Amino acid sequence: MSGYSADPRIRWTEWLPWIAAIAFFFLMPGYLSLGARILIFILFALSLDLILGYAGIVTLGHSAFFGLGAYTAGALGAHTGITDPFAQLAAAAALSALLGLATGAVILRTRALTLLMLTLAITAILLEIANKWTGMTGGADGLAGVKVDPILGWFRFDLYGKTAFLYCLVMLFVGWWVVRRIIYSPYGAMLTGIRENATRMHAIGAPVYWRLVLIYTISATMAGVAGALLTQVNQFVGLNVLGLEPSGDVLVMLILGGVGRLYGAFIGPVVYIVVQDTLAKQYPEYWFLGIGILLIFVVLFARGGVLGIIDNVFARNKKTL
Amino acid sequence: MYSLETRKLCKSFGALVVAHNIDFRLAPGDRHALIGPNGAGKTTFVNMLMGALPASSGAIFLGGDEVTRVPQSARVRRGLGRTFQVTTLFRSLPVLDNVALGIAERTGVARRMWRSASSYRDITEGARSLLAALGLADDAAVRVADLPYGKQRLVEIAIALGLKPKVLLLDEPAAGVPSSESERILQTLEKLPSDIAILIIEHDMDLVFRFARRITVLVQGAVLVEGTPEEIARDKRVHQVYLGEQHG
Repeated sequence: MSGYSADPRIRWTEWLPWIAAIAFFFLMPGYLSLGARILIFILFALSLDLILGYAGIVTLGHSAFFGLGAYTAGALGAHTGITDPFAQLAAAAALSALLGLATGAVILRTRALTLLMLTLAITAILLEIANKWTGMTGGADGLAGVKVDPILGWFRFDLYGKTAFLYCLVMLFVGWWVVRRIIYSPYGAMLTGIRENATRMHAIGAPVYWRLVLIYTISATMAGVAGALLTQVNQFVGLNVLGLEPSGDVLVMLILGGVGRLYGAFIGPVVYIVVQDTLAKQYPEYWFLGIGILLIFVVLFARGGVLGIIDNVFARNKKTL
Repeated sequence: MYSLETRKLCKSFGALVVAHNIDFRLAPGDRHALIGPNGAGKTTFVNMLMGALPASSGAIFLGGDEVTRVPQSARVRRGLGRTFQVTTLFRSLPVLDNVALGIAERTGVARRMWRSASSYRDITEGARSLLAALGLADDAAVRVADLPYGKQRLVEIAIALGLKPKVLLLDEPAAGVPSSESERILQTLEKLPSDIAILIIEHDMDLVFRFARRITVLVQGAVLVEGTPEEIARDKRVHQVYLGEQHG
């Protein structure tokens, strides 16, 4: 998809998610809060795809940045009087980037299981800090009363989630645009090279470690913005943004959609959150079973996720024709 | 000044010594072969030269500058290129991208993340002309994994040449290639720019004796003898350790 042989022009199919989102806004006004949540998780999954799908960095701790972003926006809105939404986003992005740089510089010297465990440890440490630092985070009760000004001084967050939906959609569009540019750039091609064969990348003179640290930092920044958006939309942040569970959730979303395919990060969260929302209404205690069965199906029969299934169908039709 | 030089280069893993006091020199334009029985330490030596494996002691010089502690990426920027004994390519990428990635690293384009990769015409054209020179022009869009093995070996060489190396280390370029295709690899090697210093590791003695102007024989991590192909062919010690006692 990316690389020196790829055509970087935007194909018509790439506009479909945006058309669908705008259609959703007009056709399903009762579900805009759910829609905003989906858009936030798409941005989160997109940030994970950048490192997992393109650079091959396996992580179980991506929620560390999501959670830090969420708590940064929350703490600013609840404690400091900094209530401008973009100032909160900028602070969340900056702190998440710093954490990404600091932790990436350490953990990206390791590989495989060690790397996986270290990423998990980082988010577990942050979870414990958030749990104990009740004065700042609200601890287990969560941090309520997060104040967020109207966007650009005009658009107040409303009960129906209209402003939240459009705000998240614009932020996701910016995130998508940045990620798309990166993956089609020489840097993106180089990341694919690292994922494909790091030994060869070393042999052609690439400073592999530093390149990974940079993309890890960019990904952390995006995840932090996604976390901050969640806080702003809910005007609340709880411990569920940190730890293994949200990291696992976003990983499952990405696997369901298709890893390393850009739009897998769009489809996965839609499938996951819609299935979660539907099943949770019917079977509040067993909804995760449905997700589990879906995941087993994808891992066993559709390794490329939903996008992989779509690709296969198109490939078969082409052969038939 | 030598393009590449090692002085008393050693490598050991605990009590196991795999390279022992190797003194080696390669001048610009040299065609030098490194031969020896399996386990002699040839690939270990190449890995130390590249910086993929740290030397236990001794020194490595590139163009007169010591690079013993310099990381692999910096050595490559100073003009060191290699191919691998076992094909080490970006298998799911097209042939063009395999070569372009190397050229992009050399030119500093690989760091850029704004313009699309395919808009860097100098990179893609450079890759295409290299592929054309190696007879791979028609395979530019083919995934490497779908290429015959002999052509994959040529892609290895193309990637290394894309780095415009001053010193090229070829680790068994004809390994696993049918004899009909190894002739093509030899022809390719003979056409390489004359100013590049080349060190070739190879078990195909026909290829070695036709290509190399000097040969070093490595046995159990140490240099046994160095000389011209004729001198090596006459040396009894080489016959003993390399070909077996009955040939001595």
